Amino acid sequence: MNLKTVGAPLVRNGGHERVTGEEKYVADIKLPGMLESKLVTIDSAHAKILSIDTSQARKVPGVRLVMTAADLPQPVPRFGPQIEDRPVLADGEVKYHGEPVALVVADTLEAAKKAARLVHVEYEELPAAFTIEKALDPSTPLVMDPSLRPNDPLAHTNIFNEHRYSWGQFDESKAELVVENTYSFPMMTQFCIEPPAFIAAPDKDGIAIWSTIQHLYWLQKIIAKLLKLPLSKVHVYAPDPGGGFGGKQHAKYEPAVAFAALKVGQPVRLVLTLEESFQAMRRTSCETHIRTGFRKDGTLVFQDIVANYLLGAYVDIGDRVVGKGSYAGAGPYRTQAVRILAKSILSNTPPATAMRGFGNPEVNWAVESNMDEAARLLGIDRLEIRLRNLAKKGDKFIPYDKPADGDWPQTVLKAADLIGWNKPLVAGHHRGIAVGLKLGPTTGLSYSLVRLLADGSAVVASGTSDMGQGARSILAQIVSEELGIPYESIEVVMGDTSSVFYDQQTSASRSTVLMGNSVLKACHSIQAQLKTRLAKSYRLEESQISVEHGVVKFPDHEEPIPKTIKTALGSLGGEIIGVGEERKEGEKEHPLGGSASFYEFNCTAVEREVNKATGDVTILRYVTVSDVGKAINPMQVHMQDEGAAVQGLGHTLMEHYIFDEKGRIRNLGAADYRILTSMDLPKEFVSETVENADGPGPYGSKGMSEGAILCVSPAVGSSVNEAIGTPIRDLPLTPERIWQALQEH
Amino acid sequence: MEKLIPVEMTINNQHYSLQVPPSMRLLDLLREKLDFTGTKECCGIGECGVCTVLVDGKAVDSCLMLAVEADGATILTAEGLARDGHLSDLQKTFLEKGAVQCGFCTPGQLMSASYLLSQNPHPTREEVEEGMAGNLCRCGCYERIVDAVLTVSGKDGGEK
Repeated sequence: MNLKTVGAPLVRNGGHERVTGEEKYVADIKLPGMLESKLVTIDSAHAKILSIDTSQARKVPGVRLVMTAADLPQPVPRFGPQIEDRPVLADGEVKYHGEPVALVVADTLEAAKKAARLVHVEYEELPAAFTIEKALDPSTPLVMDPSLRPNDPLAHTNIFNEHRYSWGQFDESKAELVVENTYSFPMMTQFCIEPPAFIAAPDKDGIAIWSTIQHLYWLQKIIAKLLKLPLSKVHVYAPDPGGGFGGKQHAKYEPAVAFAALKVGQPVRLVLTLEESFQAMRRTSCETHIRTGFRKDGTLVFQDIVANYLLGAYVDIGDRVVGKGSYAGAGPYRTQAVRILAKSILSNTPPATAMRGFGNPEVNWAVESNMDEAARLLGIDRLEIRLRNLAKKGDKFIPYDKPADGDWPQTVLKAADLIGWNKPLVAGHHRGIAVGLKLGPTTGLSYSLVRLLADGSAVVASGTSDMGQGARSILAQIVSEELGIPYESIEVVMGDTSSVFYDQQTSASRSTVLMGNSVLKACHSIQAQLKTRLAKSYRLEESQISVEHGVVKFPDHEEPIPKTIKTALGSLGGEIIGVGEERKEGEKEHPLGGSASFYEFNCTAVEREVNKATGDVTILRYVTVSDVGKAINPMQVHMQDEGAAVQGLGHTLMEHYIFDEKGRIRNLGAADYRILTSMDLPKEFVSETVENADGPGPYGSKGMSEGAILCVSPAVGSSVNEAIGTPIRDLPLTPERIWQALQEH
Repeated sequence: MEKLIPVEMTINNQHYSLQVPPSMRLLDLLREKLDFTGTKECCGIGECGVCTVLVDGKAVDSCLMLAVEADGATILTAEGLARDGHLSDLQKTFLEKGAVQCGFCTPGQLMSASYLLSQNPHPTREEVEEGMAGNLCRCGCYERIVDAVLTVSGKDGGEK
């Protein structure tokens, strides 16, 4: 196939606005008569609210409303994507450090802040469960009120759900080596540089909401239900988020702001501080106990995995993270027998939600590190043990799911080659390698609209959220390719529920595949209509004309589509409209509700040195290789994989919440919670792809952007182990931990 | 009510005579009063760099500076980088090198890069990594941001 714009490293659609400061994020929007608001919180992780005195706060000049749970409909409305457990404002009890007990609305932010400090909350501190051990202790108070899950046998425990997957016959006697260890993955946060922001405004007989949300149609549904409005009266605007990484998938404080706006009858804005955003979203932390059985030749006999994921005080999408993340927990290997038990454990911590990798990096840290330990014990090369067990294309490595859909050994060998795996090492240098696998979406529904305009330009409307991954570019490239229109003259409209058709969500690296296919179908519809009209205009049989890849082929010549539009449209002009629909249906019997649309597969390899005096590590060379099927925009593909690597190095080397003895987070904000900067980069950074056009998306593409975060920790951990001669099984691998391990070893 | 203080400043080549409260941050003056929303806010404590602007040619975290402290100053924000509708070399190169993902940190990155090149027109890679370390990018574009800055420095010896 001779592709023109697909496969080209084109500059980001929406880039111009981003370098000129014109791009409007939610916090940049001002509405006439807009009021400001501030959350009121208490400095406790778990407390019974005895009373809230708002009298002093209400006296502050400019204050319009001090809203507590008592001002909301009773019982206090609750919401959530999996279970409606989260109250709009704290309802008699604060269940995590930072849970808002009130919202102050005022003419100015200064007045709102001042008043928020004057809201007097009397409370009685309760013991806080902020570790797995504490949450599972039967004497610990229940985080979730059992009445919220009446028929659940687990209702009187802090376990929200248990996910069990297994296949194959367990015969441990076949294993000649069993490696058994416990690994921990830290509690960390998405740290979007754009903190979440929300505006709600009464809108005739409905409401308009502006939010940094990824899933605008989910938000529409939640607000409609809470406010008892038809969907048509809830208008959600979702400008491109300034980073999401999963953290912005679901509603947080939009409901509170919506109730407040309706009460005061004016627009109300709430922009979270970075500290508040740490308390509003985080990744699931996890402790994984794993037993892996091997034959002497390194063949996997069994994997027995128990993963305890710590959710927060409210479920959000956290339990789905646990269920889906652990499901592929045994990795991309042909394992004879697998047993996985993953628990979603509630705690008095900020609600855990989706984050890049969706529960998989947590378990993969354990699975891949155990592979490494087995390789050492069996005297097998760490690359070789992986290749021996890796599923080949077509292997049903998870018996009831999609077979392996890529040449994964090719990816691994490419990464090994790029890191120089078999080349001699300079003294003091050490290497590590690891693989990672994640499921793409299991269900999905994406509608799209493509309008071919009279002058040969086009508009695409898509409910996908472009939070930096570059969906705008990808969709514009598909339209450019199919309709023969210059990339630059395509306008992509997103983030508006009243003018853009329904899209289920932007997650699981789905948009290139699902929305991409939808847009492709819309383009095909336009091509078909064009053919009919041109046949009529030129008095030809439709079979005498073909339209594809931007070109109309007539019996005697061919023309680019834009040149034919005038004739096709006729004297009235107008436009040609194409609607696309892409469905990924669920499967009732499937443990996840549906099999994978595709797999994301990545291999990461590093070479590094460790300063044995300080525990500091320097990554000399970093290689990430992903199987992407087909890179529609190679530059964006590399940007995504490099970004995933940088983020993964964060949880690998430095990021974690620090709690005090009462469960309050002590390192809120950018000064005390470190992420990578430009000074922490690998000295050499190599990002490569494998492209065999074997994906279900347009032109053989697969979803990507999460794969490259899956195996950062085990690859780096492996090299640290090589350097210091002992494994560290708790992340992050801080200099302090490495130094301590060196002293003890 | 705080007493307002008269200040004068030039922002992106426009002269402004303003009355500002003494406690107002330069960031709020720019964003809330004058609608220069290209300058962003994230951490509010001078750690993330998204609010970076040039004050008399120096890179400043505008969340840490009071508006009154900028009295008499010449200020440049991201909105002032393009001239007559033409992107500056840095803006163009950021796009071409893929140094922009979600874009929220981009205005601050561009201002820090402008300052860096004004001080050191031909920096080494290490100098760029150090010079840009005050600007966080959670999309993880650092490598490309550094590449973009180096490319511009090689082209014309720095942003003019």
